[in-house]
Amino acid sequence: MSTDTSTELAPIAKSEKILGIYYLTFYRILSILAVFALWEVGGRVPISPAFPTFSATMSALFEMIFDGRMFLAFFETLKPLALGVTISAVVGVFLGVSMGLNRLFQWFWEPIWVVLQASPVAALIPLITYAYGIGLTAKTVAVIMLAAPIIVLNSYKAVRHASPSLIQMCRSFQGSRLQEIRLVIVPNAAPVIFAGLRLGVAAGFIGVILAELLITPTGIGDLITYHRSVAEYNYMYAAVFTVILFSAVMVGMLETAEIKYFRPEKKKSK
Amino acid sequence: MLEFIKRIPPVFSLLIWITLWEIAGQLKLAFILPPFSSVVGQLFVLIARPDFQAAALMTFKAFVIGMTICVVLGITFGFMMGTSKVANNVLGMWVNIFASAPLSSLVPVLMLLFGLGQTTIIVTVVLFSTWIIALDTYAGVHHISPSLKEMGRSFQATRWQLLTKVLFWAALPEILAGCRLGLIRAVKGIVIGQLLVSVVALGRFFRTFSDNFQFEEFWALTIILFIFALTFSASIGWLEHKVEYYAKTRI
Amino acid sequence: MSNATATSTLQDAASGDPDNVAEVRDLTKFYDSDIHALSSINLGFPRGQMTTLLGPSGCGKTTMLKIIAGLLEPTSGQVLINGKEVVGPGSERAFVFQDFALLPWATALRNVAFGLELNGTSKAEREEKARHYIDEVGLTGFEDKYPHELSGGMRQRVGLARALVVNADVLLMDEPFSAVDEQNRRKFQEDLLRLLAGENKSVIFVTHSIEEAVYVSDQIVLLSPRPGRVHSIIRPEISRDAEPDAIRRDKNYLDTIEEIWSELRKYLD
Repeated sequence: MSTDTSTELAPIAKSEKILGIYYLTFYRILSILAVFALWEVGGRVPISPAFPTFSATMSALFEMIFDGRMFLAFFETLKPLALGVTISAVVGVFLGVSMGLNRLFQWFWEPIWVVLQASPVAALIPLITYAYGIGLTAKTVAVIMLAAPIIVLNSYKAVRHASPSLIQMCRSFQGSRLQEIRLVIVPNAAPVIFAGLRLGVAAGFIGVILAELLITPTGIGDLITYHRSVAEYNYMYAAVFTVILFSAVMVGMLETAEIKYFRPEKKKSK
Repeated sequence: MLEFIKRIPPVFSLLIWITLWEIAGQLKLAFILPPFSSVVGQLFVLIARPDFQAAALMTFKAFVIGMTICVVLGITFGFMMGTSKVANNVLGMWVNIFASAPLSSLVPVLMLLFGLGQTTIIVTVVLFSTWIIALDTYAGVHHISPSLKEMGRSFQATRWQLLTKVLFWAALPEILAGCRLGLIRAVKGIVIGQLLVSVVALGRFFRTFSDNFQFEEFWALTIILFIFALTFSASIGWLEHKVEYYAKTRI
Repeated sequence: MSNATATSTLQDAASGDPDNVAEVRDLTKFYDSDIHALSSINLGFPRGQMTTLLGPSGCGKTTMLKIIAGLLEPTSGQVLINGKEVVGPGSERAFVFQDFALLPWATALRNVAFGLELNGTSKAEREEKARHYIDEVGLTGFEDKYPHELSGGMRQRVGLARALVVNADVLLMDEPFSAVDEQNRRKFQEDLLRLLAGENKSVIFVTHSIEEAVYVSDQIVLLSPRPGRVHSIIRPEISRDAEPDAIRRDKNYLDTIEEIWSELRKYLD
C-alpha cells in the first residue's frame, strides 16, 4: 500500500473571520452602515424638505426614549396587538384545525377565508369605527381582521398536509381518531401552525398601525401623525424607524424560536 | 346529505355567505351592513360614474407600472440571493426585514416625499410586493436540483445560458407563486395608501362614502377592489397551473 | 482458464501514454478541510475501453468522476484529456447523470439536442442529429414526450442520447442505472455494450454494483475509502461473444465477482 502523502494542502476554512467577526456578519453590518450613511447624505442634500438626516432622526429617537414617550407609545400599541393576536390565534388555530379534520367544515369555511386572505380587508377599517367606536375594541377588531385569515389558513393547510404515512401507521396500530389527532396530526402540523402565527403577528401589526393612523391616534400611530402635523419630521421618522426595527426583531425572534423548537434540522442550513 | 354537499364545489359555500349577508341586511341587523342586493345595485352605479372611472384608470395604470418594476426587481433580487452566498446573507436580511415589517407605517412617509398622486401609488406597490417576489424566487432557485446546474455546466453553458435556459424555467413555478402573492399585497398596499391619502382618487371615494354614512356605496367600492384582486390572483394561479406539470418531476 | 488476476499494487499508468484518453496525476481532494475524499490518485484510462471505478461509499469514485468532468476542482493534482491538462468542463467529455438531469419543461428531442443548442448549432442540424441518437437508444416515437410522461428507464436513455450526440471523446457515467429498476437495469447494461461497440467510445463508469462492473467493464479500478485511494486494478477476462445470459453464468464472471467482493468487504462498516 502506498504511504500516506501527508496533508500539506489543507484548503481554506469556509467561515473565516475579519476583525474578529464572521465575514458574512461583517457584510451585513457594512450594508446597514451604508444605508445609514446614504440616509444622512440624502437628508443633507436635501432630497426633500420633509426628509430629515439620519442623525437628526436618531437624536429625536433617543430623546423620545429617554423621556419615556417611546415606551408609552409602544405599550399603547401593543395592547390591541397582543389582544387581537391572542384571540385570532386561539379561535383561528381551532377553526383551521377543524377545517383540516372535517370535510364539511372545510367546504363551508375554506372559500370565505381564502377570499378574506386575498382581499384588501384593510378597506373595511373605516367601517369599524361605526360598529365599535374608537377605543381598544375597534383596534383589536382591526388586528383580528388582518391576522385571523392567515392563521386559519395556515393551520388548515398544516393539518391537511399532515404526513399520510404517519397517519396510516397510527391506524395500523389501531389508534383511535382522538389519538390520531392528538399524537400524530397536531405535532406533525405544529411547525406550519407556528409559522402561521408568526405571519399572523406581522399582519396584525400592520392592522394596529393602520387602525391608529385611520381611526384614532394612539400609541405609535399617534407619534407618527402628531409629529407630521407639526412638521417635526425627524420625530415622525424616528417613530417609523422604531416600528420597523421592532417588527424585524420580533419576527426574527419568532423565527429563531420556530427553528429551535420545531425544526432542529433546519438549523444553520441557511 | 353530507355526501351530496361534499360533491358541490367549495366555491358555492360563498353563496351561503352571500345569502346570510342578504338576510342580515334585510333584517337591518347592523347599520353598517346593507343588504347584498343593494350593494350590488350601487356597484353598477359606481362603475358608470366618470369620476370613478378616471380614478380607477389612474390607479390601474400606476398599479401596472409598479407591478412591472417590482417583478423585475424581485426576480433579480431572488436570483442574486439564490446564486451568491454574500447576496443571500446581506440582501436576504433586508428582504426579510421589509417582507415582515408593517409597511403601512411607511405610507405616511411616502405621502410626505412623493405627494398624493400617482407616484405614491407606484412606490407603494413596489414597496409592498417586491420582497415576497424576491423571497419566492429565491426559494425557487434554491430548490433547483444541483444536477440540473451541473448538467448545464458539463455542456459548457455560459452563465447567461445557464440563467436563461435552465435556472429561470426551473424556478418558474415559485416565481409565479411569488408574483401572485405580490399582486395581492400590492392591491392591499394601494388600498392602504388610498385610505391614508383620502383626498384624491379612490381615497376620496372612501372618505366621502364613509363620512356620509353611504355604506352601500362604500361596500360596493370595496367589493370592486376585492373582485379585482381575486381575478388577477386567479389568472396567475391559472398560469401556475400550466407549469405545474413539470414541477412534479423534480428530480 | 485462469481467473482475472488482481494486481494489488498501485498501477502507475499516468505516463503520458497516448493510448490513454484521460489521465489523472496526483489527484487529491479535500472537502471543507476535514473530509479527505481523494488521496494522490494516479490513473490512466485507455482509449476505446470502458474503465469502471468501483468501491464502497466514501471511496471518492463520484468525486473523481466529477473532477475529471471538470465539475469539481481538485485540491491538488492534474487532469489530462488527450494528453493536455484541462480545468473545467470541455467538449471532449460528456456526462451522464445518476438522476438523469433532464429539463422537465422540454421534450425528449430538445433534451437530447441540448448540448448542441448550447454550442450554437443550428436548429435543423441539431434536431437531425438528436433524432438519430433517439433511434439509437430505442426511443423512436417518443421525441415529443416530456420527461414526466416517460418512465425512469426511458429518461435515462434520453440522458445517454444527449451525451452521445455531442460526439465527445470520453463518456463519463455516474451510476447511470442506479435509479432504474432491476429488470430494466440488466437490459440497459446489455444495450449499453451494444451501443458502445458501434461508437468506439471511451467510457469512465462509476457504480457500486460489482456484478454491473464486471459485466460491462474492460478494466475495473477498485477504490478503498477514507481517504479514497486506488486499491487494485482488475481486468475481467470474459469473452463478450457469448449470449448475455450465458456470460452471467460464466465461471470467470462469477469468480471475479467473488474475488472483488472479498476484497471490498473489509471496508464495510
